[in-house]
Amino acid sequence: MSDSLLTWIVFTPLIGAAAVLLTGRWPNLREAVSLITGGVLITQVTQLISPVLAGETPSVLLAVPVPGVPLALQAEPLGLLFALIAAVLWVATTVYAIGYMRGHGEKHQTRFFAFFAIAISATMGVALAQNLFTLFLFYELLTLSTYPLVTHAGTDEARRGGRVYLGILMGTSMGFLLLAVIWTWQLAGTTAFHPGGILADKGSPVVVGVLYALFAFGIGKAALMPFHRWLPAAMVAPTPVSALLHAVAVVKAGVFAILKITVYVFGLDLLSVTGATTPILWVAAITIIGASLVALYQDNLKRRLAYSTISQLSYVVLGAVLANAAGIAGAAVHIATHAVGKITLFFCAGAILVAAHKTRVSELDGLGRQMPITMGAFLIASLSIAGLPPMAGLWGKWYLSIGALDAGYGVLVGVLMLSTLLNIAYLLPIPLRAFFKVDRDAPAGITEAPAACLIAIGVTTTLCLVLFFYPAPILQLIAPLLG
Amino acid sequence: MISAQLPALQVVVPLIAAALCLVLSRPLAAWTLTFLASAAAMVVSFLLLGAVMDSGTIDYAFGGWAAPFGIAYRVDLVNAYVLMIVSTISTVVSVFARASVASEIEKHNQGFFYTAWLLCLTGLLGIAITGDAFNLFVFLEISSLSSYVLIAMGSDRRALTAAYQYLIMGTIGATFILIGVGLLYALTGTLNMQDLAERLPDVSGTRTARTGFAFLTVGLGLKIALLPLHLWLPNAYAYAPSAVSAFLAATATKVAVYVLLRFVFSVFGVEFALGAMPLAIGLAILGAIAVLSASTVAIFQENLKRMLAYSSVAQIGYLALGISLATPAGLTATILHLFNHALMKGALFVALGCIAWRIGSSRLQDFAGLGYRMPWTMGVFVVGGLSLIGIPLTAGFISKWYLVLAALEKGWWPIIVVIIAGSLLAVLYVWKVVERAYLAKPPEDATRAEAPPSMLIPAWLLAIANLYFGFQTHLSVGVATRAAAELFGIAP
Amino acid sequence: MTIAGLYNYWIVILLMMTGFYVVISSGNLVKKIIGLNVFQASVFILYISVGKMAGGRVPILQEGVSDYSNPLPHVLILTAIVVGVSTTALGLALVVRIREAYDSVEEVEIHRQDESL
Repeated sequence: MSDSLLTWIVFTPLIGAAAVLLTGRWPNLREAVSLITGGVLITQVTQLISPVLAGETPSVLLAVPVPGVPLALQAEPLGLLFALIAAVLWVATTVYAIGYMRGHGEKHQTRFFAFFAIAISATMGVALAQNLFTLFLFYELLTLSTYPLVTHAGTDEARRGGRVYLGILMGTSMGFLLLAVIWTWQLAGTTAFHPGGILADKGSPVVVGVLYALFAFGIGKAALMPFHRWLPAAMVAPTPVSALLHAVAVVKAGVFAILKITVYVFGLDLLSVTGATTPILWVAAITIIGASLVALYQDNLKRRLAYSTISQLSYVVLGAVLANAAGIAGAAVHIATHAVGKITLFFCAGAILVAAHKTRVSELDGLGRQMPITMGAFLIASLSIAGLPPMAGLWGKWYLSIGALDAGYGVLVGVLMLSTLLNIAYLLPIPLRAFFKVDRDAPAGITEAPAACLIAIGVTTTLCLVLFFYPAPILQLIAPLLG
Repeated sequence: MISAQLPALQVVVPLIAAALCLVLSRPLAAWTLTFLASAAAMVVSFLLLGAVMDSGTIDYAFGGWAAPFGIAYRVDLVNAYVLMIVSTISTVVSVFARASVASEIEKHNQGFFYTAWLLCLTGLLGIAITGDAFNLFVFLEISSLSSYVLIAMGSDRRALTAAYQYLIMGTIGATFILIGVGLLYALTGTLNMQDLAERLPDVSGTRTARTGFAFLTVGLGLKIALLPLHLWLPNAYAYAPSAVSAFLAATATKVAVYVLLRFVFSVFGVEFALGAMPLAIGLAILGAIAVLSASTVAIFQENLKRMLAYSSVAQIGYLALGISLATPAGLTATILHLFNHALMKGALFVALGCIAWRIGSSRLQDFAGLGYRMPWTMGVFVVGGLSLIGIPLTAGFISKWYLVLAALEKGWWPIIVVIIAGSLLAVLYVWKVVERAYLAKPPEDATRAEAPPSMLIPAWLLAIANLYFGFQTHLSVGVATRAAAELFGIAP
Repeated sequence: MTIAGLYNYWIVILLMMTGFYVVISSGNLVKKIIGLNVFQASVFILYISVGKMAGGRVPILQEGVSDYSNPLPHVLILTAIVVGVSTTALGLALVVRIREAYDSVEEVEIHRQDESL
């Protein structure tokens, strides 16, 4: 039963996309279709929880394009966690997008919602991939299906953004990732994800190190420096795209892939024994600090959030490279908590754009009085990203710090602390400015964002708080990995 | 009864149809005949492939004269595969040709056009099926002469100079092949490829054998358009009628590559051809330069047919790289790419043909907003382009996978870098078109108008084939693996 | 056999190089085709020379003759000549069409006209 369910999870959004195209003439019906598809998807994904908790790994073989390299799906704890986050936030984003796209008067909305659904389908494929080949395939599909969303506006700026987006993501994936996948196949004779890894005793520490670097940089979606430029470039997209795809689905697909490859291809033992991956650890650390520093100087709100995302993504990479139980737990938890926090921030940025037509941090003085709900949510989410209690973001940092200490890298704890300070420095001034500074010649008549936007913001903000008090379900889900 | 005559029918059917076509000469009748003859050849080729897969190599003595005296046809997996590619592409593209030719070629010339098409098909099929070295030369010239005619029929006057240039270079290439065959004959006293293969090892140390080999490979290099012998190709494909570009791009160079494989692996043997002679390193270097330089040049082409032509030169580089590895895996990759490249270039040139039919241009600047004006046609172009880049779930990806794997197996890292750089360059030239078609503003007076179904259906057939063979590779990879094993003389 | 005894092969090489040189160096389209013909003719002589046997007779069965020249290369070259003639005809036809379109048969001039397009 759960075998065919896996196939359905990938195909449900595709069917949704087709239905969106068919109902494009009637916007209300079209949006209803999107929401229903999202609801169905959540139900489907949640049905996988109990078998996975029971230790089963439902899997399904779709096709065998190359002999020995099947196209197959499999539900395992990490993938399920990621699928769950993406499905839930997709619905929230759809609600938000309805308000945003209409409020902002965007064109080609049918195309927008259709490609959105396709991108979700690809995300589900990444989450549930049973082997590297399947992962690579859906990874590329995700890049291609989000390209029309990034260039949605059709302006010269959008076209330039699209070039950088496609150039970096395609370049790294075809240049490094594909090579790494084929090399892995050649070394191990399989590309299947297997608990404990498939590469043990298959190559020298140097080979392992090079291969790991190929994966880490090849997965450009993880935005490790110096391959991070696509993320700010992708900010030309409509805000719901930035929110779901470039704070959750696409970027998380990247770090999730690294996490999954670390756990199921290399295996924690192999990495911690050889120590071949230390360079990547430092790359991640530099990215954390470097991107935060850049974020400080961004005046465009969405770009500032984008650099913040780059920095936060490297937390997950850091956790993966640490290759111990606490590190992996921290990485997995951080995927979830950062997702809800960052999506809230983007929702707020979009709400400000729709309601007040403002895109720059320096224009936000006094906006807190006109848009109290939005700016309040922004404050809460900022605290969560910074990792301050009582917000969900704390847990990721907590486990990562333990992982760093376990691995004997005390200095990394310092990196995490410094990053927290920087987070506060570039995020908190925004809501503070909005609430406490007064803009004397502020235009009157700015009111709160459309109701649909506020509902979505409310839901994700609540999740930021809830996950602080109840992180247990996440930890329970990934418990089998940690032994 | 009939099944015993299949090898003869494969060539004779299009040949007779060509003669009939000349007599009929009315456009519709000529087209119908071309389509039917291609379809018949396709059916025959599938039957042959099936027979070879089931019961092994088929020998056929033409006119009942046994091998050393008569002309022998010999069908094994490799050429059955090539026959299938050529006849299938001819059938699919001929469907598309009807409307395309009607708009590009004057009415009184259309009968001649289809005659030349059928002769070209005859020649290509003949090259693939024959087991006789001199007969191969004759068929090569039949296909070449008819393709000069086909190219010269392009509506731009540069088609004439392109055809002339091709004629000069093609004839030099063919004459080189003739010299090579003559030297081999002088050495061994036979023209039958099987006999040649038996007798050559005894004399392979002689200067004559080496000279003959050199003449053959250089002559074939010209026909294959392996850099730096590719100069005829870009103009020939750019100014030929759209249907001809699609047909030739997907078949002509493939058949020439087949001949190279046949001589290198079956006639001379791997030890001599890739071991004793410096062919492997030559192919590797030239192939690598071809991939990199032709892809780079393709990026800067304004005329998209020329862009695709340069891309073909680059793809030939991949084929050469596969051969140069001199391993069964590399050969598998080459044979597989023969097939996959035929699919993608067929789809791309047919899509350009649809566009030329509608807007009368294949220049990039006229593509603005075409994604909305001709959505179905551009869909084909995008699929073909993705396949060219090598995105997963397309045929091109499968080729790339096998090629990289073969290079990894051999540990040739520079080759891997070249292959990957080549596909990144392909991203650039494909995306240049996609961006223009989908993100640039169409001219004011532009309306949405598609190509007719008779052009769109073959285009989509090719596009779907690109997707299908990226997903179900039982036929393409299966046959390629067995064919490569056969050429290497190892039991599959 | 001495080097002089193989004089027909020397002629083949001479003709081959002459023809090839004309094809490459001449900018006149008609002269190129003439060069191509010389080039092909050399190959015909090569084939015929291969078939000749010292002291061999015409290959018709006769009493008292045991050595015959090989007839097969002659037959092959008949076919090749047919191919060569067709090529020449097609090439010349193209030159006629090119002259109609460009009013010139000089490569440089044709190239110049296309450039100015």
